[in-house]
Amino acid sequence: MDAVIELWTALPVVIQIMIKIVTIMLPLMILVAYYTYAERKIIGYMQVRMGPNRVGFFGMRLWGLGQPIADAVKLMFKEIVVPSGANKLLFLIAPMLSIGPALAAWAVFPFNAGLVLADVNAGLLYILAMTSLGVYGVIIAGWASNSKYAFLGAMRSAAQIVSYEIAMGFALVGVLVAAGSLNLGDIVAAQQGSVFHWFWLPLMPLFLIYFISGVAETNRAPFDVAEGESEIVAGFHVEYSGMTFAVFFLAEYANMILISALSALMFLGGWLSPLPEAWVDGVFLLDHGFHWLLIKTFFFMFLFLWFRATFPRYRYDQIMRLGWKVFIPITIVWIVVVAVMKVTAMPWWFN
Amino acid sequence: MKAITNYIRSLFLFELLKGLSVTGSYFFARKFTLQYPEQKAPVSPRFRGLHALRRYPNGEERCIACKLCEAVCPALAITIEAEPRDDGSRRTTRYDIDLFKCIYCGFCEESCPVDSIVETRIYEYHFENRGEQIMTKQMLLDIGDKYEKQLAADRAVQANVR
Repeated sequence: MDAVIELWTALPVVIQIMIKIVTIMLPLMILVAYYTYAERKIIGYMQVRMGPNRVGFFGMRLWGLGQPIADAVKLMFKEIVVPSGANKLLFLIAPMLSIGPALAAWAVFPFNAGLVLADVNAGLLYILAMTSLGVYGVIIAGWASNSKYAFLGAMRSAAQIVSYEIAMGFALVGVLVAAGSLNLGDIVAAQQGSVFHWFWLPLMPLFLIYFISGVAETNRAPFDVAEGESEIVAGFHVEYSGMTFAVFFLAEYANMILISALSALMFLGGWLSPLPEAWVDGVFLLDHGFHWLLIKTFFFMFLFLWFRATFPRYRYDQIMRLGWKVFIPITIVWIVVVAVMKVTAMPWWFN
Repeated sequence: MKAITNYIRSLFLFELLKGLSVTGSYFFARKFTLQYPEQKAPVSPRFRGLHALRRYPNGEERCIACKLCEAVCPALAITIEAEPRDDGSRRTTRYDIDLFKCIYCGFCEESCPVDSIVETRIYEYHFENRGEQIMTKQMLLDIGDKYEKQLAADRAVQANVR
């Protein structure tokens, strides 16, 4: 063991960081791949179908578990078509702009107490900035494609994300007030206790608004007007094919996982165990740990798919109404409520 | 008053939760999917699939070249040429069905006075080259010979309604 640690410290810092990034990125990419599989399977089940169940490994079907690999290989070998009227540079940069922030946001994400790539004190701010940057990929893709549908999708997406950004930001302000810190690790630490100490109870409206805004932010059903299959073909990524198309989807799913993980972190106590502190101390699996964060994240990831299987797409004006006239007023009111709770050191949560 | 209750209901996402419960319950419902190549849907005895020409039990072909099927065919898919055979009976020398033209309406089967041209239950067939879609007399007779038992049984089931 000592030898391994010695070897590790002997490595240059850049290499150390690279290795850390790979250990975050690799499982994340695998999770993204299998999230697409889970989506098709779960939505299929909700529509009384079976979903993909043919592609397996080594001649075995294994409930279609080989499907994401087959999809990825197919997309990798497809030609990347650049439309003749497109701005080639921006057209090819857009998918990267889309996936870059989606992956960069994971840098400050704590997976367990102290287990974080960059323990930044302004972590929440950084996350907010990174999730907002994703919209540039969409807008640039829509503009550079030189296509009506792509442009319409980009316009819609720009308006939608700007609107929901505000509600999302306010929801995070509530968390910030309640936790008294922008550091994601400290936010989790502030929720110490049991299920009823977590922020989801005192911040219930903000919790719901944060998650719903997160669904809107990632352009997922019922807020998928940017894609709007039945209206504008595929929205901002009509003109994309092969790997450029796949990268947009990687970004979308990575963002969904990020929003799920953040919801779990900020409102459901991250890696904290739901049982009271005294019961779980040192008990295997019941104790605090990464597995709790994983379970909570999977719950939110499932909700994304459940929403998609259930709700029809919002009309554009309804989206705007919901964002500006419902979410923003509620969040503003609740920030005041949280502030009052904090100042008066309300028993149970804030004392 | 109603406006207020409506407002509260929408605020608490009541309708949305109801929708979620519907899809949630279907998540656990039995799936209707038929795993096609392994499982197949039941086929009616009246199914109109690939064509066949039948024979009498003594081996004599039923078709007498009356050309009623050719006349009734709305898609003009059937081509018949006929000549007297050596024993003097009237027989077809050519009986072609173009499966690209055929619309599987079953009029040929209905019009046939001797139950010769029939449509079988076969619905899994394909062509790999242009020209293969023309079913010649021999091909149709072969299909008839191969599935005669099934064809006779299907016709017996419907005997009282035909």
